Amino acid sequence: MSEAVSRYRDPAGESPTWRVLLTLVAVAFLAIVVILPLITVFYEAFRKGAAAFFEAFQEPDAIAAIRLTLTVAAIAVPLNLVFGVAAAWAIAKFDFRGKTFLVTLIDLPFSISPVISGLVYVLLFGAQSYLGPILKSQGIQIIFALPGIVLATVFVTFPFIARELIPLMQEQGTGDEEAALSLGATGWQTFWYVTLPNVKWGLLYGVLLCNARAMGEFGAVSVVSGHVRGLTETMPLHIEILYNEYNFAAAFAIATLLALLALVTLALKTLLELRYGDEIAAGRKH
Amino acid sequence: MTRWRQPSILPGFGLTLGYTLLYLTLIILVPLAALVWRSTGIGWSAFWALAFDQRTLLALRVSFGAALIAAAVNVVFGVVVAWVLVRYDFPGRRLVDAIIDLPFALPTAVAGISLAALYAPKGWIGQIFAPLGIKIAFTPLGIVIALIFVGLPFVVRTVQPVMAELDREVEEAAATLGANRFQTLAQVVLPMLVPAILTGFALAFARAVGEYGSVIFIAGNVPYVSEIAPLLIVIRLEEFNYAGATSIACIMLIISFCMLLIINMLQMWSRRRYSNV
Amino acid sequence: MDVRIKNIRKEFARFPALNGLSLDIASSELIALLGPSGSGKTTLLRLIAGLEQPTEGQIFFGDEDASLKSVQERNIGFVFQHYALFRHMTVAENIAFGLKVRPADTRPAKSEIRKRVSDLLDMVHLSGLEKRYPNQLSGGQRQRVALARAMAIEPRVLLLDEPFGALDAKVRKELRKWLREFHDRTGHTTVFVTHDQEEALELADRVVVMSQGRIEQVGSADDVYDRPGSPFVHRFIGEASEVPVRIENGEVWIDDRTVGLKAEGNGPATLFFRPHDVDFLEGCGGCFEGVVVGSRRLAGARRLEVELGGSRHRIEVDVPVDHPAAMKSGLNFRPRHWAVFPTNG
Repeated sequence: MSEAVSRYRDPAGESPTWRVLLTLVAVAFLAIVVILPLITVFYEAFRKGAAAFFEAFQEPDAIAAIRLTLTVAAIAVPLNLVFGVAAAWAIAKFDFRGKTFLVTLIDLPFSISPVISGLVYVLLFGAQSYLGPILKSQGIQIIFALPGIVLATVFVTFPFIARELIPLMQEQGTGDEEAALSLGATGWQTFWYVTLPNVKWGLLYGVLLCNARAMGEFGAVSVVSGHVRGLTETMPLHIEILYNEYNFAAAFAIATLLALLALVTLALKTLLELRYGDEIAAGRKH
Repeated sequence: MTRWRQPSILPGFGLTLGYTLLYLTLIILVPLAALVWRSTGIGWSAFWALAFDQRTLLALRVSFGAALIAAAVNVVFGVVVAWVLVRYDFPGRRLVDAIIDLPFALPTAVAGISLAALYAPKGWIGQIFAPLGIKIAFTPLGIVIALIFVGLPFVVRTVQPVMAELDREVEEAAATLGANRFQTLAQVVLPMLVPAILTGFALAFARAVGEYGSVIFIAGNVPYVSEIAPLLIVIRLEEFNYAGATSIACIMLIISFCMLLIINMLQMWSRRRYSNV
Repeated sequence: MDVRIKNIRKEFARFPALNGLSLDIASSELIALLGPSGSGKTTLLRLIAGLEQPTEGQIFFGDEDASLKSVQERNIGFVFQHYALFRHMTVAENIAFGLKVRPADTRPAKSEIRKRVSDLLDMVHLSGLEKRYPNQLSGGQRQRVALARAMAIEPRVLLLDEPFGALDAKVRKELRKWLREFHDRTGHTTVFVTHDQEEALELADRVVVMSQGRIEQVGSADDVYDRPGSPFVHRFIGEASEVPVRIENGEVWIDDRTVGLKAEGNGPATLFFRPHDVDFLEGCGGCFEGVVVGSRRLAGARRLEVELGGSRHRIEVDVPVDHPAAMKSGLNFRPRHWAVFPTNG
């Protein structure tokens, strides 16, 4: 009896040839669109040698830019952290009218061009605005100074933490909190010992994303900064200046720092998802 | 029924909602209101003239056109990438999955200078196309490239979880009824993904329209040709032409709101139509 | 169409799901695959359908070796446990799908498809719902759409995976009766999987009792209930009281006394009987003798826990609700029907 050939096919899958083909298409697309630009950052940074690379960080303006970026993130992220937790508590743990609308409003900065996010503050606090002369007479400078940069950054990174926490806390419901209260815990104790531990990894994840975006924001900050070298230049803005001066090696050297920040953020995110997948994945990934 | 909130024994509602509203108002709503208020101060005819001036119109066309093309490209490849990540197992799958979010995490200015270097006539990719007479960097094509980079995670991350939840039995059912794999994918799987694909498209498009940092380095920024609308806002601001900047921003805002509305409606529609069976 | 399964074996990642199993299904027969979860019944159904590939063995549809064919070529009707309806298609589109995907040369004309769909809707009593989407239907209606969809391609064999598993008790009973009538009317060879013995016994011409990837017994409802072929079947179908016994000289012994039951063989064994199927005796010259140690009310009877004299083994018997037996009182009885299976090892 000759061995007959089975024509069996996986009824819910593609043939092996198609699998290989589609995988190659996907990987090739990602290699060109995502990975090549990443490699380019590091390649260009070291093209003129390690000395040129490290020299870029000796420059006082670069050091000032790094310091400003860290300062801005150190102010903006905690502000949005407090807001995110408060908003998530109100929205996830209570039912009230207009909730959907409120969530839409919180999402608003996601769909606004960063340039407009900066522009609105210029229109509000700039020299030509109604508040401008008043602020000037009081000696308060917001636009082209640190407060403006912080405000623009807060605007742009506004939804990140709230957006991460709301679905997570909604999924967890209010049972744990009600149990804690019935056992005599105060509201603060309930939040601190029950709610927070339940969402800590999701919260960390939101903070990471918020921070990465805060340090890397370009458009909004560019509009309000005024580009005063050594004073109101964050790292991304400094990169732009160096690039426009054809100082590519230095521009890419500073860029590697931000690229590393992105990579570390991604690595931590992947790690968090691997270890605490179900604690941060609410309604997003499975 | 008439109460605007359901009773609850949990404390802190007033405090947290109050703080949320206050913060939202101060950071987002008041500044946006300032923009709208300032635009009303311009007066209708002046606003009209500024908003529909030739350079503005062309900048809007570049922004929206490039964003549309980029989002379309992202839909095609994003769906393939998501499918491969959800359905196939291959060495390095986790790494590939993690790298999807890079455009989201990488600062736009970094992406911008890197893409410019990559696609410039002497760059790794640019030099492949230069002999063919195709210029990518410093042309509208460069803008599309940058916007593909920026929009990719939005499509993949929207479609991926929906794919993961697809019921394999439905595909098996199609097979038992005689459908070949291509028919099953085209007539059964794809229609179930349509809401997610549309949402991903809208998100990628909305993000791309407003994108600034990753575009300006590669765009060339030639007025009337490769100048995007956000850049024109910046230029108007630098010229102290606040009315001009405001009017462009207003148009973009209105369009963004419409996009937001469409996205929300899409999600509501898909929830209703495709609720659990 | 008769279906013959020959020495089929299926391994999942080296874990055997089916162990060399054979079964002949006659044309127009209604067969139930009955077993606990993990017994391999669904795997067997999916192998017949072509949704899984056997590790070894063959499946014949008539004289044709179907195991060489893909699921698309087998022309079977498969109803999934959760129906797997296409939720973006209307009821009519769902039913027409199998006809519409045919290659142009065998695809019926549009008007013909429309007529077939409307006939099938009539047959499953869903006329008027053709424009609805699956999420606008009740569970029982979805089930019938799934059946109509499977029937539309005029399958050679109809396969149903836990067809009533996802329905509530009342609908389940109605649909069970309806499916029996449907089968008698259409005469399709039908195989369905269930873990519900009542469903299998009531509905099927023959019941295939499965356990751990093997067939324990194949037979009519009377066969598997009245003459269970193995301890597993006795325990799984209906209720069982078990007593460890010894067989000697053609008699069943408990400890040092006989209980008045004849049996073949020799050595240690287990005696099975149904708790409700016993005769109560006044005196006892060779019978079960015990003391009532527990009592609880069942729906139409009272179940007593009885500790047997000597071995102190505890078993259960059912008595009428008005039976006088009280706690600590003695009870003599003998099973009316029983089975002994030698104890292995």
